[in-house]
Amino acid sequence: MSQDSGTPVLTISGLRRAFGGLVAVNDLDFTVAQGEIMGLLGPNGSGKTTALNLISGVLRPDAGTIRLMGQNIAGLASYRIARLGLARTFQLVRVLDGMDCRENIKAGLAFQRPHLPASEAELRIDTLLDRVGLAGHDRRPAADLTYIDRKRLELARALAAKPRLLLLDEWLAGLNPSELAIGIDLIRALRADGITIVLVEHVMSAVRALCDRCIVMSSGRKIAEGATADVLSDAAVVKAYLGGVAVDA
Amino acid sequence: MSARIAGFGATALAALALLALVPRLGNAYYLALAISLLQYTVLATAWGMFSGPTRYVSLATTAFFGVGAYTVAVLGEILPWPLVLLTAAALGAIVAGIVGLSTLRLSGVYFVIFTFGLTELIRQLVVWFEVNKSRVLGRYVFVNITQADIYWQLLVLTAAVFLLGWLIARSRLGFALRVIGEDETVAKHCGINTTFAKVALFTISATVMTLVGAIMAPRWTYIEPSIAFNSMISFQVLIMALLGGAHRLWGPVLGAVPLTLLFELLSARFPNTFTIILGCIFLLIVYMLPRGVAGLFEKLSTTAGGKPTQRVAA
Ligand SMILES: Nc1ncnc2c1ncn2[C@@H]1O[C@H](COP(=O)(O)OP(=O)(O)O)[C@@H](O)[C@H]1O
Ligand SMILES: [Mg+2]
Repeated sequence: MSQDSGTPVLTISGLRRAFGGLVAVNDLDFTVAQGEIMGLLGPNGSGKTTALNLISGVLRPDAGTIRLMGQNIAGLASYRIARLGLARTFQLVRVLDGMDCRENIKAGLAFQRPHLPASEAELRIDTLLDRVGLAGHDRRPAADLTYIDRKRLELARALAAKPRLLLLDEWLAGLNPSELAIGIDLIRALRADGITIVLVEHVMSAVRALCDRCIVMSSGRKIAEGATADVLSDAAVVKAYLGGVAVDA
Repeated sequence: MSARIAGFGATALAALALLALVPRLGNAYYLALAISLLQYTVLATAWGMFSGPTRYVSLATTAFFGVGAYTVAVLGEILPWPLVLLTAAALGAIVAGIVGLSTLRLSGVYFVIFTFGLTELIRQLVVWFEVNKSRVLGRYVFVNITQADIYWQLLVLTAAVFLLGWLIARSRLGFALRVIGEDETVAKHCGINTTFAKVALFTISATVMTLVGAIMAPRWTYIEPSIAFNSMISFQVLIMALLGGAHRLWGPVLGAVPLTLLFELLSARFPNTFTIILGCIFLLIVYMLPRGVAGLFEKLSTTAGGKPTQRVAA
C-alpha cells in the first residue's frame, strides 16, 4: 500500500494512559496511511482495547497526541470524534437491542453532519443491510439476532457514517470457520472502498489475509512493527504470545 | 399515515372540547378531582418524557413544582398573570439547565439521590431567604384565579405536553434519546452529543413541571415552603409513571388516572398510614409490571410474542 501518499489518516505519538499504577498504554507511536489495514496485535491485557478507547475518545490520554487527518483529537469528546469521521465496533458486541435492524443502522448515520435527506438515508440503510448480509431483516429486533448477525449489524452501524477510519476490536472473534471466511471477505471489500482500518485481532489467518502492516503490543508498549509477514515471524513477537494466544491460532 | 394522524387529531380535539365542559357541571368536588387528575397527568407525562427514554429516575418533580408555586407566591400580586407564568417557566428552565449540566454525567443511583437532595436544598434555600431577607415564613396568594381557571389552564397544558411529546418522539432529538437509553456509549460513538440531548429534555420536562406548580398555586390561599415543596409529589409521580409505563408517551396517564383516584381515597381514609401504603404499591408495581400498563397492552396486542426487554425498573 502507498504509505507515503498525503496526510496519514491516523498519527499517534507518545500516547500514554495508566489505570492507577498499571500503565495500560505506554508511549505508543504509529501511523496509519490512507486506505491501509493496520493490524494491532498482542496478548490479552496488552493494551489494544485501551488504545482504541483512547483514539475514539472513551478515555482521555494522560499524554500524547492523536491526529485524525492531521487534526489533534486527543481528549475530544467521543461524539465530536465520531463526527470527524471515526467509527468503531466493540470487543463485546454492542447493538441496540430494543430497536430493529433498520433503526440500529439509522443511529449510525442520523447524527452525522451535514444531515442526509431522509430518502437518501433510507437508501443507504438498504445498501448497508445488503452489504453485511442482513437484507430482509430490517424490521427484525436486534435482540432476536444470532451472534454473527449482531456482529454484522454492529458493523453496518459503524459503516453508516461513511467513516474515514474504522476501528474493529476483535470483530472476527467467536465466528465459526465458514462465518470467518464471510467476515474476512466483508472486511476485504471495505478496503476496496478505500476505508482505512485499524484491526485488533487474534485470528492470525485473518491478520495474514487482511493486514498490510501490523504493530504488536505487549504490556502497553509497542514491541514490533512492520509488514505483516515480517512481524509474525519476529522472534520477540512469538515470545510475547507464548502463554497468551498462539501465533498460528 | 397522515389520514390516521388527522383522524387522531380530530378525536383528540373533540375529547378536549368535552373535557373543557367539566367546570360547567357546577360540582365543586368533581372539579377539584378533575384538577388533581390533570395535575398528575401532566406531571407524570412530563416525568416520562425525560425518564422514559433515558431511564434516569428523577425525584426532582417536587423541586420544580415548588419553584413554580413559589414564583406565584412572590410575584402573583406584582405582575400580570401571563408574565407570572412566563417567569415561573423561565426560572424552572434555568434551574433545570444548571442541575442538568451538573448532574446528568452522574449515573443511575447517584442521579436519583441527587435529585432527591435537590428538592431539600431548594426548600432550605427558600426558607433561609424568607426568614432572613423577606422576614416572612409564609405568603398569602392573592390572585384573581378561580378553580375553573386553574382547570382550563391545566387542560391546555395537558394538550400542549402531549403535542410536544409527540413532536419530540418524531424528531431527531427523540431518536437520540432512545439511542442513549439503549446504550449511552454507542450513542456517543454515533455522534450524539449525549449531554446536550439529556439536558435539553430534562429542561423541557422540568419547565412543564414548574408550570404545573405555578398554575396550581392559587389553589392554596396560603403558601409556605413545606406546602410548595412536598416531596410526596415526587414519589407519587414516579409511581404513576412507572405503573402506566414510562417508555410510551401515553403510558404515564394510564397510571396517573387510577392512582390519583386511589390516593385521593387512601389519603382521606388512612391519613396516617398513607406513606406505607404508597411504598407497598410502589414495590408491587415494580415487581409485577416492570413495563407498566402500557407494556401490558403491548404484550396483549402482540400475539406472536417477541420478548419485551425490561426497561425502567428504578
Ligand atoms: N477501565 C479500566 N480500568 C482499570 N484497568 C483497565 C481498564 N481498562 C483496561 N484496564 C487494564 O489495562 C490493561 C490493558 O487492557 P486492554 O486494553 O483491555 O487489553 P487488550 O485489549 O489488549 O486485551 C489490562 O491489564 C486491563 O486490566
Ligand atoms: Mg481487548
